[in-house]
Amino acid sequence: MSELVTKSASELAELIKSKEVSSKEVTETFFDRATDLNHLTLSYLHLNRETALAAAEAADKAQSEGKSLSPLHGVPIAMKDVLATQDAPSTAGSKILEGWIPPYDATVTKKVRAAGMPIIGKTNMDEFAMGSSTEFSAYGPSKNPWDLTRIPGGSGGGSSSAVSGHLAPLATGSDTGGSIRYPAAVTGSVGAKPTYGAVSRYGVIALASSLDQIGPVANTVLDAALLQDVIAGYDPMDSTSIVESLGSMADAVRTADITGLKVGVVKQLSSDGFQPGVKACFDDTVAKLSAAGAEVVEVDCPSFEYAVAAYYLILPAEASSNLARYDSVRFGMRVMPEGNPTIERVMAATREAGFGPEVKRRIILGTYALSSGYYDAYYGSAQKVRTLIQQDLAAAFSKADVLVTPTAPTTAFKLGEKLDDPLAMYLNDIATIPANLAGIPGISVPNGLAHEDSLPSGVQILAPAKQDAQMYRVASLIEQMYVGEWGAPLISKVPVLEAQNG
Amino acid sequence: MSEITPDLVRHLASLARILVTDEEVEKLAGELGVIVDSVAKVNEATSGDVLPTSHPIPMTNVMRDDEIRPSLTQEQALSGAPDSEEGRFKVAAILDEE
Repeated sequence: MSELVTKSASELAELIKSKEVSSKEVTETFFDRATDLNHLTLSYLHLNRETALAAAEAADKAQSEGKSLSPLHGVPIAMKDVLATQDAPSTAGSKILEGWIPPYDATVTKKVRAAGMPIIGKTNMDEFAMGSSTEFSAYGPSKNPWDLTRIPGGSGGGSSSAVSGHLAPLATGSDTGGSIRYPAAVTGSVGAKPTYGAVSRYGVIALASSLDQIGPVANTVLDAALLQDVIAGYDPMDSTSIVESLGSMADAVRTADITGLKVGVVKQLSSDGFQPGVKACFDDTVAKLSAAGAEVVEVDCPSFEYAVAAYYLILPAEASSNLARYDSVRFGMRVMPEGNPTIERVMAATREAGFGPEVKRRIILGTYALSSGYYDAYYGSAQKVRTLIQQDLAAAFSKADVLVTPTAPTTAFKLGEKLDDPLAMYLNDIATIPANLAGIPGISVPNGLAHEDSLPSGVQILAPAKQDAQMYRVASLIEQMYVGEWGAPLISKVPVLEAQNG
Repeated sequence: MSEITPDLVRHLASLARILVTDEEVEKLAGELGVIVDSVAKVNEATSGDVLPTSHPIPMTNVMRDDEIRPSLTQEQALSGAPDSEEGRFKVAAILDEE
């Protein structure tokens, strides 16, 4: 294994800047490793050597002319397949979009290219980001580099396994209920969901538009911060884009200071329902924060009890509407039934063949939640729960600067373990969903290995809306405490993947 | 006890334009029943005087100048279409023959 692949993105950027290595050398190293190991982790759905190396050569040329396009200039990246890329298929993990090459780039894709970052490939995901394990990908599940018989989280398990398995130094994710943070927690990596509207959703294949947010997947807090700085910013193409700048997250990380920090522990997300090893890691994080001088207070968020229920009404409702666009007319699959069918029969046959089981389940659930006679009881009540959760969080943030929770209730479970129990699968997101409902930022940082299975655990840090910088500061402080104790980031303990037959 | 019957699933699937087999209908009715029973608890949490939230960050209407800007060419717009003819999307008949 080349030494380069275990370096952080910020270290790689420094090496490229000082011309100790070229972007081409770094990109080729990661590309070759991704190609060799993808059969083990299925992190990538699509890899394109030609476009990756062409972008790397362009970055090197700019560098030789003294032009550095961003602090991550020349560092390669993996893109979640939910983002439109006009030089590569963009399928969102679905058969219905197999082979579809969008005629335009997502804003995030454009920003990544403009930052001089070569795109290695597109990462695997649960179909249309519906899932917590990547087992609902139409192209097969990704595997967790810590244990290839276990899930890498979802929906962004392609990105989390790519980054934690060193098949990419950085990746993008999309987080609708935890799809960046949950995979980060179970793979010992770092994943952040910015404030809703901080990163453009233009060109993102939509799941639930009032919840979706794009964010960074990385191995260190600084790397995540650097990537958020690249992809964030106002975009007139997204009407929910935040106009004002939220500042530099990398600067926040570099100036992190614990003096006067008040940390809230959410009563409803700190005791029951967590695996003992995950709970022990969390208690340790809280104790460390307290020992380092932070004031720890308990906060009460009684409406969190209803968050998962509200989420599984709002998300299917919005998804059933968003996914109506897969109608066999403008893009994607078309299935022609026998005889001389009308377009309605073509649509129904196409959607039967093109959508997987979880997508069908949620579209039908959403259709039910929005149907006449049920709307007020289900969708209407869920929207009211959303208000209550915002009120709980406003009260909590009046007592604390940030909130901390375990990111996930358990460590990575076995492939297949929850596949036939939709409700059990939904509960993986119990701690991450409130942030999406309220639009606030959240990040997961590794906080140890659970004692019963030696698998990674993560701590989630939540901050008020638009205070992403505060979230990154505390994330960095927690990371520093653990690196100080362990001598290296948790990711240094990930088993080394070796190609089979190679 | 859930009200998700096989007939209701069949009706919802037809509204959502998804063809379902009898086997799928039975399976979905069971699964959706469990899910609906679980999510129905949102009713307990709310009373009449709570206002609904549709979007997390409050926003007023977003306006932009009415200016011509670059857009997809006809060829690009049709590039992903399963079928097209003379620069248009081509689809099966909208209406039955009778």
